[in-house]
Amino acid sequence: MSTAAASRRLHGAGVGRGAVVGPVARAHPAPAAAADRPAPPDLAEARAAADEALTAVGVALEARAAQSRGTIADVLGATALMAQDTELRDLVRAGIAAGAHPVVAVDRAVAEFVELFTAAGGYLAERVTDLRSVRDRVVARLDGLPEPGVPALDRPSVVVAHDLAPADTAALDLDQVLAIVLEKGGPTGHTAIIAGQLGIPCVVGVSGASALEDGTEVAVDAAAGTVLVAPDDDVRARVAGRRTALADLARATAPGACADGHPVALLANVGTAEDAERLTAAAVEGVGLFRTEVLFLGRGTAPTADEQADVYARALAALGGRKVVVRTLDAGADKPLAFATRRGEENPALGVRGFRLVRTAEDLLRTQLAALGEAARRTGADPWVMAPMVATVDEAAQFAGLARAAGIRHVGVMVEVPSAALRAGDLLAEVDFVSLGTNDLAQYTMATDRLRGELVDLLDPWQPAVLDLVALTARAGEDADKPVGVCGESAADPVMALVLAGLGVRSLSMAPAAVPAVRFALARHTRGTCQQIARAALGARTAEQARAACLALVEDQVREVLALG
Amino acid sequence: MAQRTVAVGSQVGLHARPAKLFAQAAAASGLPVRIARAGGPDVDASSILRVMALGVKQGEEVTLTAEGDGADDALDSLVALLAADLDAVGQA
Repeated sequence: MSTAAASRRLHGAGVGRGAVVGPVARAHPAPAAAADRPAPPDLAEARAAADEALTAVGVALEARAAQSRGTIADVLGATALMAQDTELRDLVRAGIAAGAHPVVAVDRAVAEFVELFTAAGGYLAERVTDLRSVRDRVVARLDGLPEPGVPALDRPSVVVAHDLAPADTAALDLDQVLAIVLEKGGPTGHTAIIAGQLGIPCVVGVSGASALEDGTEVAVDAAAGTVLVAPDDDVRARVAGRRTALADLARATAPGACADGHPVALLANVGTAEDAERLTAAAVEGVGLFRTEVLFLGRGTAPTADEQADVYARALAALGGRKVVVRTLDAGADKPLAFATRRGEENPALGVRGFRLVRTAEDLLRTQLAALGEAARRTGADPWVMAPMVATVDEAAQFAGLARAAGIRHVGVMVEVPSAALRAGDLLAEVDFVSLGTNDLAQYTMATDRLRGELVDLLDPWQPAVLDLVALTARAGEDADKPVGVCGESAADPVMALVLAGLGVRSLSMAPAAVPAVRFALARHTRGTCQQIARAALGARTAEQARAACLALVEDQVREVLALG
Repeated sequence: MAQRTVAVGSQVGLHARPAKLFAQAAAASGLPVRIARAGGPDVDASSILRVMALGVKQGEEVTLTAEGDGADDALDSLVALLAADLDAVGQA
């Protein structure tokens, strides 16, 4: 038997199929502010400590700026100068002289500038993040805590954190990130989705991950949802073998189709124009979900119609005539917007979010639709545009009216709420297509918060009730002869993709990194087999039984290469 | 006391990179340089936070003041810096 240290295996929920071995790089949370800290006994000592912390943080940020390039280097350089700002230092010293603990003095001094910047709005309001990172770093240094945030990666590493905010994930140097392991979170949280999209193996909800130490070698297996500490040569060899087999699949470029030629379009989910530009040479038939909220998040004011039109036009041009499905702003719940969403909703997931924002901020949607119409005219492209979180026929009709008035020719709605799935036939009478968002559909069908990692079993897209609603929606599409797509993460599960194809879903949109495995699985099964697999899924009583029944009908080689179990 | 008024040339206004370059240059002059928007209070030009908080946009005029030996020369070079498009400096 091996030693405890050599055999320790942590479990969580995996995102993606990849596996990798590499050293741990810990990302640390921002230290909490505590306003009730006692006054320092020695003012001179407190002032010296604050001075030292501000200087040290400035020097460290300057060093990071020197190692970076382009915009990141500029932002880090400016942030370094903020930490060394004489006025900030004077404010901190004045706070300490008035009897504040150094941590409290730093917190207040930064808060003063945060207020100034926020009040100015626009570009300055966005720089508040930089001010906060100065505050977090200085406070951590004063308290002797590790540097908060994502560390500067000097070699390819497995990033391990308690949790990562979307902003932290966006700050990652992707060339150096081998995998992401989070103690918290579920597989449909936004960091997991972003990681999946970028093809970075990710395991979330890993109990014990926070205890992993910097530099420890770990084997991360996203397909199995495991993190193995100090892997032996055998594990390293198997990880290398899987990487080779998956790399082979990644080279296939045929359009998505079953073994008998029945087409199932394989599309990509993207969040930015840059994501779309990365697809220019990719073997996908288009974009099935362009999440436009990235353009709106973290800002003090909404982007203008011109600014939006530029971004949409870039994305449309990048796809060069391929299908692009754009989802209008999906803010609220876990994606709050400073200028639109309400604070203090008791149940934000059930509140004013998605298309419902039209009730309080119709201009936001009108501006966005106008920008999409303008981008279509500029590029000659013909985007499909859909609204998120539609629950009723009236909402679908309202959206269709607004979108068509803006010159959009293919109008659709997301099916994410059970009421929309149950009445999909009625919705399809108002719009040209629907797209199933299986993550939210599972959340609302199972009354389970997407962000609660401990309830991940209830969010399983294999839950029979969720499958029933998907089947109902697909049938409504066949009856109306209008396309039904799936753009939730379940489209990225090769076994589920076979079920969806069997149910009559015409397009599957997923993280680009998931496409090769789904293409491979579809190509190895006829439409008839897919229908048989779909019947097996619908006939099961539990999520576990549904997946097992389907898996038993999947071809052996597909199971083996894709590590389906 | 030396004084100059200049329109800011940087496309994004006096933010991030331009603000950093300007505040660094003001500090390097070794003189107490102040900067103000038209009709507004003046602030320490060597403080990137104060300079950014002014929220000066492209084309907007700012007034610089300084006292001491070499104040005129120092302001001349700071004015040249503000008038240039600092976003473009050093970028291909």
